[in-house]
Amino acid sequence: MIIDDLIEIATKERASRKKFTIRCCMAAGCMSSNSEAVKKGLETAVKEAGLDELVEVRGVGCMRLCCQGPLVQVDPAGALYERVAPEDAASVVGTVKGGQTQAQRGDPNSPFFTGQFSIVLANSGCVDPERIDSYIAADGYKALHEVLREMTPKEVVDEIIKSGLRGRGGAGFPTGLKWGTVAKTENSHKYVICNADEGDPGAFMDRSVLESDPHSVLEGMAIAAYAVGAAQGFIYVRAEYPLAISRLQTAIKQAKERGLLGSGIFESPFTFNIDLRIGAGAFVCGEETALMMSVEGKRGTPRPRPPFPAESGLWGCPTLINNVETFANVPSIVRKGADWFASIGTEKSKGTKVFALAGNITNTGLIEVPMGTSLRQIVENMGGGAPDGGSIKAVQTGGPSGGCIPAASLDTPVDYESLAKLGSIMGSGGMIVMDDTTRMVDVARFFMEFCMDESCGKCVPCRAGTVQMYHLLSKILARKATAVDLRKLEELCDMVRNTSLCGLGQTAPNPVLSTLRFFRNEYLELLGPEVHGPNGEANATPS
Amino acid sequence: MSFLDLDEWLIDLAAAAEIVYSPVMDIKEYPENVDVVLVEGAIANEDHVEMMRRVRKNTKIVVAFGDCAVTGNVTAMRNPLGDPENVLQRAYKDAADVAPQFPLEPGIVPKLTPRVTPVHELVPVEVFLPGCPPPAARIKLLLEQVLAGKSAQLTGANIKFG
Amino acid sequence: MAAKTLTIDGKQISAFEGATLLQAAEEAGIKIPTLCHMEGVYDVSACRLCLVEVAGVSKLLPACTTRVSEGMEVTTDSERLRKYRRMILELLFAERNHVCAVCVSNGHCELQTLAWTHGMDHVRFDYRSPRWEVDNTHPRYGMDHNRCILCTRCVRACWHIEGAGTKNVSGRGVNSRIISDLNQPWGSSDTCTSCGKCVDACPTGALFSRGSSVGEMEHDRQKLEFIVTAREKKQWIA
Repeated sequence: MIIDDLIEIATKERASRKKFTIRCCMAAGCMSSNSEAVKKGLETAVKEAGLDELVEVRGVGCMRLCCQGPLVQVDPAGALYERVAPEDAASVVGTVKGGQTQAQRGDPNSPFFTGQFSIVLANSGCVDPERIDSYIAADGYKALHEVLREMTPKEVVDEIIKSGLRGRGGAGFPTGLKWGTVAKTENSHKYVICNADEGDPGAFMDRSVLESDPHSVLEGMAIAAYAVGAAQGFIYVRAEYPLAISRLQTAIKQAKERGLLGSGIFESPFTFNIDLRIGAGAFVCGEETALMMSVEGKRGTPRPRPPFPAESGLWGCPTLINNVETFANVPSIVRKGADWFASIGTEKSKGTKVFALAGNITNTGLIEVPMGTSLRQIVENMGGGAPDGGSIKAVQTGGPSGGCIPAASLDTPVDYESLAKLGSIMGSGGMIVMDDTTRMVDVARFFMEFCMDESCGKCVPCRAGTVQMYHLLSKILARKATAVDLRKLEELCDMVRNTSLCGLGQTAPNPVLSTLRFFRNEYLELLGPEVHGPNGEANATPS
Repeated sequence: MSFLDLDEWLIDLAAAAEIVYSPVMDIKEYPENVDVVLVEGAIANEDHVEMMRRVRKNTKIVVAFGDCAVTGNVTAMRNPLGDPENVLQRAYKDAADVAPQFPLEPGIVPKLTPRVTPVHELVPVEVFLPGCPPPAARIKLLLEQVLAGKSAQLTGANIKFG
Repeated sequence: MAAKTLTIDGKQISAFEGATLLQAAEEAGIKIPTLCHMEGVYDVSACRLCLVEVAGVSKLLPACTTRVSEGMEVTTDSERLRKYRRMILELLFAERNHVCAVCVSNGHCELQTLAWTHGMDHVRFDYRSPRWEVDNTHPRYGMDHNRCILCTRCVRACWHIEGAGTKNVSGRGVNSRIISDLNQPWGSSDTCTSCGKCVDACPTGALFSRGSSVGEMEHDRQKLEFIVTAREKKQWIA
């Protein structure tokens, strides 16, 4: 494979395009509402109407508005159809000939779509994730060619540093710095790992990227591997994502066949292979040190850092671990330049962020917006607010490690620092909207139960502390708790956050702390009378 | 028994404090305005709950006396078995050889609480005196502090469980 | 080997490069509480009792796995650390069924000793009272999961001192459990050499020699240190 081959593939692919394209969403959301049958129906209808020469039916990745799936779009007219049933297929195909369809029309010009700014999801809903040529036609693997043939590894690292890209897994560590650290280590063996163990309740960004545009992740990983000097990569993907796994397998196979993975890529000395590792159902394996243990085939428990994976990771070798979305940003940064990327977003948070909108919100689905977009723009304008005229009470970001942001703070811009200031975190991008019927203590207990179930059990504060916090929250909800219990809960929050071994435990108290901060009254209302000591003190028990 | 190991100091104690209530005294009702109470045993049945609430109300300093009062100890070993029914079933039916039946005498045999708990899980407790049993020297040390009107607090090996 | 100079609790000390804070402190006669740490096996910093404060570092660091560095200012004892340590101990006591009065290790138990040395005169958290079994299938030893604190010292002793690899951890969170081989009765283990190192490694009465009754069990910790020192340093501890 040389660049001419790549261009030829792209040219051929584009030339094969037909006058009309009917895109049908084949990501897990729409597939769960029967889009596979819709796509089959569309293909049959095209055949039966003798429109083979004119119409292409393309299975694509996520088209964003998951709640209205299956989604189908007819181009070039740009007509979007929602909740398409297999029996609508014939009439939808008929529209290319000016026919009418009973299928529900969607509005591609609604704020949900126009508010989006796509970098990571640029190909999502456009390319066929199961065909590498479709990705190549969308400038795919051009960035990899550019770095291999025209840039030194150091230049690649510098470019990523300059772009200001920060880790999209949640913590927001500067990606370029991480790459630079791994690149600087002198070791004959290094690894690149893509963390696709997305586990936050309500989060489906990474799944959508993998299902919709797996090659962008592979290309990003290959660029990273070149930059840091690694020859082997792993994608650690959770077993609960069978479609993502299958698409990744297909993508890796096709990339190898095309010579875009393997040895001597683009006739350079660069060799890079990617293997999949499937998780076994533990949330904690999304924590990088636990993830590496799992990749090594060991019990997935975290270990203290330092040493950081960049120094001593997989099998003791320097290892670069980034999240799916981080890697998916990389090809665009290389192709369009660091300055272009840095011009998007805020001063400290560059680029865009993908969010999975879920919960009590009208438009459930996937959005990508520039960093710094306000929560209000996201949930009220794009998300359409709470359904059935309810009002939004809070927005939960960051999953079990995050917090609940009250409606009063909806004007907060979405960036790493602003969300942290509110006691939440950017997290990987799950955004759960809650309306006024939600009881915040319930929410806190839900997340605590999640952390308790997912604690690996290695360190005492997380293992035994989450259990006690869950117990205290249950006691409060059962109206059997007093102010003494609430104090105990707060003490535990402080202790578990400061003494736990890994991020899971350190952030497990966040949902409690943030609901206590903004919705303390809801806790107080549930407290019962205290048994008083002789001097009227509420807690005679010395602590 | 450990208390009796205080030997002749008991005589000093009797001179310094008026014993107003104990399980071996004739008085049936726990009196009011008690300065110090030594509570032995965990909360295991409904009588204990009622009694302990009254004790708390009428007492300045509640001392959880011994591991059972402080931790539940051996008496709490029924907790992992769940519902007290299970324990009664085993003790009074499965393991009985004559006339297997649950003890049921309302007003005489109190109902078991769902869990055996330490005293401080029910009411606030000022002082903890662990030990099974607490050695006599430990009891003396604590009572001396109490008698001296100090806020009593044991430290070091004197708070060792077991 | 280069030496590093640092301060622990206001005391200027020097330690070899690569030494852990725990080693450096011990050398300087400063005691940091530990539970999952054991001489002779690698550290996992799981119990979190040895967390210390290091000036300029916002997070608390485990002394057992943190290496000394030049100019480090370490505090091993503060009100905050004491509070956290006591809470960790309370959580452990509340987690399973630790009944000191009737335990084989009563009086020789690290958990029990840590409790009183840290001012734990009662446990403020509700006892969880889970139901755990006792594995008495091994002819010489027993395992009472009620008393297990999951420090994994037995696992590490079994793998890295004896090299048998019998003991391991299964399950997760509070349901984590020390197992033998493929989660089978200890007595049916094919790999167990009956060496008893796990029993000697146990800080509580979870692993015990059969036949000892309340308070009779003493762990022979020196035996492990003896073996490891003999192996690694070719020295025989008298």
